[in-house]
Amino acid sequence: MNQNVFWILLSAMIVNNFTLMMFLGLCPFMGVSSRVGTAVRMGLANIFVLTITAICAWFLHNFVLPYAPYLRLISFIVVIASMVQITEMAIKKLSPALFRQLGIFLPLITTNCAILGMALWQTTKYDYTLIQGLFYAVGAGLGLTLALVLMASIRENTELSDVPSLAKGTALTLIIAASLSLAFMGFSGLGSAS
Amino acid sequence: MKPTTPTADLVRGIWRENPVLIQLLGLCPALAVTNSVENALAMGIATFFVLLGSSVLVSSLKKWIPGEVRISTYILIIATFVTVADLGLEAFVPAIHKELGAFISLIVVNCMILGRQEAFASKRPVGRAALDAIGTGIGFLIAMVMMGGVREILGTGSFLGFSLFGPNYEPWVVMILPPGGFLTLGFLLLVLAWVERRRARSAKPDAAMSGAARPETARPDAGTPDRSAA
Repeated sequence: MNQNVFWILLSAMIVNNFTLMMFLGLCPFMGVSSRVGTAVRMGLANIFVLTITAICAWFLHNFVLPYAPYLRLISFIVVIASMVQITEMAIKKLSPALFRQLGIFLPLITTNCAILGMALWQTTKYDYTLIQGLFYAVGAGLGLTLALVLMASIRENTELSDVPSLAKGTALTLIIAASLSLAFMGFSGLGSAS
Repeated sequence: MKPTTPTADLVRGIWRENPVLIQLLGLCPALAVTNSVENALAMGIATFFVLLGSSVLVSSLKKWIPGEVRISTYILIIATFVTVADLGLEAFVPAIHKELGAFISLIVVNCMILGRQEAFASKRPVGRAALDAIGTGIGFLIAMVMMGGVREILGTGSFLGFSLFGPNYEPWVVMILPPGGFLTLGFLLLVLAWVERRRARSAKPDAAMSGAARPETARPDAGTPDRSAA
């Protein structure tokens, strides 16, 4: 059981990295990855929302959705939107400084496909228990943070280097992301051997 | 918002403000399900349907949606249409539905759709909103098929399942794997930027020259004409 949970965490974080291997959460990956500091904070906010969503999704999946399966999508998105709203209000109250730093990116977590994708995969594809789901969410959040921080550190360095003017901006970011993704492909099959 | 003609509403989203290639919205599906033309087409059509339906509904309900809860209302409307699309695909093309998996549900969080509601459908009459949705939807479909075409041709040597290069072609398997998605979009953007620069250069040689002479005044002049020409 313990090893099982550990593999779920590792798999969501590295082997099936949400951003680089499954293309979820690309908007913050492209938008918030220009500074390492912002990237870390964004990652932490995501981990928090992911964890709460995982708990809510598990409750919905086990106690509500058996009676109304067609409501899955709608109920999940409502839960995510309200969780983000609550997080926003809590941060605003408890730490106004952090609130100002996160700015517009906090409400945008609602439309981060990683959150909804995690909730959907957790319940429909894998059918995890609550504990497994929690580890899955934390692993996914750590994976997002890892990808964001890696990308931000590379982008901070490319700012100073001499790249062709055509490639400046998104094209360069995407090609860097391709090489990061290639590197993460090396991890595939990591869990299957054991 | 300045008034526009119906044709401009329709055409704008197709190329000049293409949601994926120019505005870089809706990147998740554009990268995740474009490993074959068939998947890309199915995803594009589903998104088109959701965008059109929710634009029409948001535009016709705009008087009754309170400003404070508008985003949540839009999301709920979009989620309803996505559920319809999801169940529809499952009923008619179960094989493709299985292949696309949760990515159909993830149309809900496609920022392109929410963006069109917020920026256009909530402020315009129903007809215009529908035209805009059709234009943007076609633009998205074009971008999806371009990505899917490049990745399928290079990655498997076939197009829509028909073999193109014969048995001796060694497929670039990496193109249908995740890194290929990033790489294809990156190179598409590079090619677009290159074409844009060439056109700007050949269309306005004198504007570019005066831009070199008087950078403060000439730069906006050099920028605006090629936007309207494109």
